[in-house]
Amino acid sequence: MNGHDTNDLILQTITKVTSFIILLFSFHLFLAGHNNPGGGFIGGLMTSSAIVLLLLAYDLKTVRQALPINFIYVAAAGLLIAILTGVGSFLFNVPFLSHSFGYFQLPILGKTELATAVLFDIGVYLVVVGITMTIIQTIGEKE
Amino acid sequence: MIVAAKILIAYLIIQGALLCLIAAVGTLRLPDVYTRMHASSKGATLGVASVLLGVFFYYWFINGVFSGKVLLGIVFIFLTVPVGSHLLGRAAYSVGVKLDKRSVQDDYKGHRNFVIKHKDDSYL
Repeated sequence: MNGHDTNDLILQTITKVTSFIILLFSFHLFLAGHNNPGGGFIGGLMTSSAIVLLLLAYDLKTVRQALPINFIYVAAAGLLIAILTGVGSFLFNVPFLSHSFGYFQLPILGKTELATAVLFDIGVYLVVVGITMTIIQTIGEKE
Repeated sequence: MIVAAKILIAYLIIQGALLCLIAAVGTLRLPDVYTRMHASSKGATLGVASVLLGVFFYYWFINGVFSGKVLLGIVFIFLTVPVGSHLLGRAAYSVGVKLDKRSVQDDYKGHRNFVIKHKDDSYL
């Protein structure tokens, strides 16, 4: 991973551990957003902060190799998902962006509340991750 | 049981607050960057960790909530604060911050730039 002869062993080792903790916590924040503090925005910010930590410990090329994603497309996909959840409510003859929820019996989790607002939140999450990573990668790149 | 838990919680939180105070005093009083880093990182790490442990016990014993987030916070602080102060001290040394006059020995002398060999597109 660290192809260059830099001396960042401690930072890189700790980054390998902590970035997973940050990613896990951002996922938790994303899912907790319905009933607790959290949600798509802060979850997306924490996910991109985990990637920024990887960028600090390694260099841009290594992270591009590990995550070969163009983050502009991530933001676009998020916007598309958010709009589609709004348009999807037309299928049920209700106004734009009407959301609903229901209780389902899932195999492991048991009785779970599933809401369509989560789909919209996924859109927000992807937009935030995409925009933040695009800004940081664009600023950080040497021209 | 509850009383013993309350005493334990109060002890942990007061200990944490006192350790943070000692860390702050050490940051004020010590002469150079490295000794200040020594005081602030160690004192603040253990202080914040014991306050968080007190909070965890409070939620567990008094409110009956097992809060995994607080435990994760303790683990996270123990992992990251020493690394952060290590990086600060290393950056200070490689920039050329002098040791205090009373220092006896400097084993890294002559290796000022032992840290950052210029990476191609790194943020560090």
